[in-house]
Amino acid sequence: MPESPSGTRTGHETQVVRTTVNGVEREAEVATRLTLADFLRHELRLTGTHVGCEHGVCGACTVHVDGAAVRSCLMLAVQANGRRVDTVEGLAGPDGELAPIQEAFSKHHALQCGFCTSGFLMSVAEALKEGPIETEQAAREVLGGNICRCTGYAGMVDAVLEASQTSYPTAKGEHA
Amino acid sequence: MTAEAIAEAPVRPVEATPGKQPMIGAPVRRREDRRLITGQGRYLDDLELPGAYEAAFVRTPHASARIRSIDTTAAARLPGVIGIWTGADLPELVKPIPPKVSNPLLRDMPRYPLPPERVHFVGEPVAVVVAESRYVAEDAVELIEVDYEVLPAVSSTTAALAPDAPRVHDELDDNVAIHVTQVAGEPEEALRTAPHRLSERFVIARGGGHSMECRGVAARYDVGTGQLTVWPSTQSPHYTRNMLAYFYGMDEDDVRVVVPRDSGGGFGPKAQFHGEDAVIPYVAMLLRHPVKWIEDRSENFVATMMERNQVHHVEVGFDDDGKLIVVKNVFEHDQGAYCAGLQVPMITLSTLPGQYRIPNIHTELIGCYTNMVPTSSVRGAGRPQAVVAMERMMDRIAEHLGLDPAEVRLRNMIRADEFPYKVGLTFRDGSPLTYDSGDFPSLTKAVLARFDYDGERERQALARSAGRLVGIGLGAYVEGCGLGPYEGARLRLTNDGTVLVTLAATPLGQGYETIYAQIASDAMGLDMEHIAVATGDTSRIPFGQGSFASRTTVTAGSATLQAGRELREKIFEVAAVLLGAPAEELCFQGDRVCAGGDPGRSVSLRDIVQVSNIGKHGITMPRGVPAGIEVTSYFSPERASYASGIHAATVEVDPDTGQIKILRYVIGHDCGNVINPLLVDGQVLGGFAHGIGNALYEESFYDDAGQPQSASYLDYSLPSAIEVPKVELVHQFTPSPLNPLGVKGAGEGGTIPVPATIANAVEDALRPFGARITSLPITPAKVFAAMTATNHR
Repeated sequence: MPESPSGTRTGHETQVVRTTVNGVEREAEVATRLTLADFLRHELRLTGTHVGCEHGVCGACTVHVDGAAVRSCLMLAVQANGRRVDTVEGLAGPDGELAPIQEAFSKHHALQCGFCTSGFLMSVAEALKEGPIETEQAAREVLGGNICRCTGYAGMVDAVLEASQTSYPTAKGEHA
Repeated sequence: MTAEAIAEAPVRPVEATPGKQPMIGAPVRRREDRRLITGQGRYLDDLELPGAYEAAFVRTPHASARIRSIDTTAAARLPGVIGIWTGADLPELVKPIPPKVSNPLLRDMPRYPLPPERVHFVGEPVAVVVAESRYVAEDAVELIEVDYEVLPAVSSTTAALAPDAPRVHDELDDNVAIHVTQVAGEPEEALRTAPHRLSERFVIARGGGHSMECRGVAARYDVGTGQLTVWPSTQSPHYTRNMLAYFYGMDEDDVRVVVPRDSGGGFGPKAQFHGEDAVIPYVAMLLRHPVKWIEDRSENFVATMMERNQVHHVEVGFDDDGKLIVVKNVFEHDQGAYCAGLQVPMITLSTLPGQYRIPNIHTELIGCYTNMVPTSSVRGAGRPQAVVAMERMMDRIAEHLGLDPAEVRLRNMIRADEFPYKVGLTFRDGSPLTYDSGDFPSLTKAVLARFDYDGERERQALARSAGRLVGIGLGAYVEGCGLGPYEGARLRLTNDGTVLVTLAATPLGQGYETIYAQIASDAMGLDMEHIAVATGDTSRIPFGQGSFASRTTVTAGSATLQAGRELREKIFEVAAVLLGAPAEELCFQGDRVCAGGDPGRSVSLRDIVQVSNIGKHGITMPRGVPAGIEVTSYFSPERASYASGIHAATVEVDPDTGQIKILRYVIGHDCGNVINPLLVDGQVLGGFAHGIGNALYEESFYDDAGQPQSASYLDYSLPSAIEVPKVELVHQFTPSPLNPLGVKGAGEGGTIPVPATIANAVEDALRPFGARITSLPITPAKVFAAMTATNHR
């Protein structure tokens, strides 16, 4: 826990937040105006969640709240009170084993600078929980809520299709 | 994505060590990935600077204004505010930031980090607040009252050149920053006598780099050592260091610039020096306390340099066969409020002739000051605009003569046996513009074959007869890359027996930790696992230029190759003494140097370093063993190497909505030898997506008063996975003779011809209407207007 409540650093009223982040219970007194992204990054030092636009378009800050993908730049930390938050740091298994989508991203060179990558991984991970992604068009739609400036998305499309096949071996897929 | 090699496989520039798998040319997966996919990357805003203050800037909301007064009283009283400085409070910083590339003809106007009196574009900083947090700093910004005398502004080159235009700079009598003309042959005479002439005016909109990580800078001054450490999100750490030493009057060794290991993209703007870069370290020194400023996206939209905006007036003269006799292009370049550098328009000037043999050329730049954020390089850097001018006219020539546009191109292309080819113009360094190598016709034919050009034309005809608006476009380009002056590599055997490759150039996602280890591995004949790569710290290597202009593989790659070969010799020199074997008999086996292939006669890198680098205090070294195994090498190319390519697209226009759908897209690309094909494909495909943005979506729109109208991603559309279509790649490998690796640049080629290619395809689709597409990006509204215009032709 941060020793000095962030409220004193942000000059604002504070509130206590209790949340489970990547399976660990966290409690902190935070400014009510502190965004969830800033809370994760600067209070909990989980810096894998990135802030790209602060207006909910680029998706770099995507995390899961109670299993649903959300833009942590558009949510306040206090809104996470009593809820479960999962970030990119929790995507790999406790033994460091990569999730299928992480492995596929590397294999298909679906990342370059890596800044947008966490958000893409979290968006795709949520979509994969809902079911297989079987076509290129479906993969593009899953990816379409986030922005990457480096890769041109081709590797990501391949990665999503492959990760879907890994997660749902019996599903049909375009990926060979 | 399909990759296909149409020419012979890339030549291996380095002789492979017997028994060792060559690494150059191998699609090695990146070392960087593991940390980036697990959230363990370390970007600027992830730095551990406990207790650091955070800064925010007050920025002018007016495009042209005089500052009458600034009242900071209320802001200064806000709890948590540490300090507030206006430009007038920091006279030490009232020094102009010199243009990155200049020219004796430039009428340079001073660009100050924090201008004290006069502002020239919306977003220009006028004061800085340092507070305990960014939240408080932004509260304080809101409380600062600035009284401006608002002045008239200009926000386009057309407005800037109008006879009674308001002047951007009071000191000048008009808004022309620079006017340069280059001529080859007798263009005026050729235009007079050419059998056919066509002309057109093309407008290319402003667009930005839009790295997903914005800019930023953090700094800490160490009173004990007198050293200032600065962490900027720059593409050019040594340039930043030199600029800060100039601003603060400090020795360069006392300014240490460290770029965090991970950078969230560059694309050009981060290779420039912005005012904030000088202000933040300075206030950190004043406060004797770390200060950090992370640009937010709203600031990025108004204060980070952009590019692209040009207006081209192009005229071509040609014969009955469609052979070019002359091209004349006069273009207005939007320099923005100040000249941050002339690299972009100078590149446009010399990129115009492209792949074609043109005996008479007139290329003329009118650089204009406008009241908008200054322009500088963005991926492509002046080339996409020149390619629009040239390649659009190639299609017009074909249309005029009733010829096929592919055939017109092939008739004009420089042949493979004409290299080195002198274009007749002057490169920006003053040398004759010379293409080193390439084979434009063979790559074109390979792309047409892959595209099934004839079949695609047949399908187009069928679609047309069914009432569909389907069009085909081509776009060829050259890219001068691998620019000087130099880049360096320092290779050292470290105390744990690892070879450390240190580069001055800093990565922005290209995978330097991987590819420079590949190059060093082949240079040394040593497995990659014993090689590490470090980047972006001016204290580790004294000189450097940076990562921009598709230049680093050529320069730093060649430097790494040279240094690796020398380091191998040094290591073998020591091993020869220790093993009592001649150096010619030595080779690497794992982390050991082995004599005559006999593992029994070998010595480990760790043991070698013990003798050569660590030694024993006061004990004489063995005779013949050099002290310190380290090599620093710099590579200076004699001139630019030329990458080239051609794109082919089929599009369909929806006549009801004006929406454009890309049905097929083939990219043919030749960047010489390839170090890592996986990563080169990534560069090409990523560049392509940027080109799609420029062709169809991205525009940094300013209204007549100079107010930015597209200052969020709701108004400025970046392409997502939905908009960027699937691409088929065709590779050709024509090695450059100008560097030992035979490589050329790969970072920008994917972007360069996309706007021209798509525009050609859309105009082709609209040919039944005789519609003209002359303005980029091609929005549905423009398509609709072009279709409904009555006075074409």
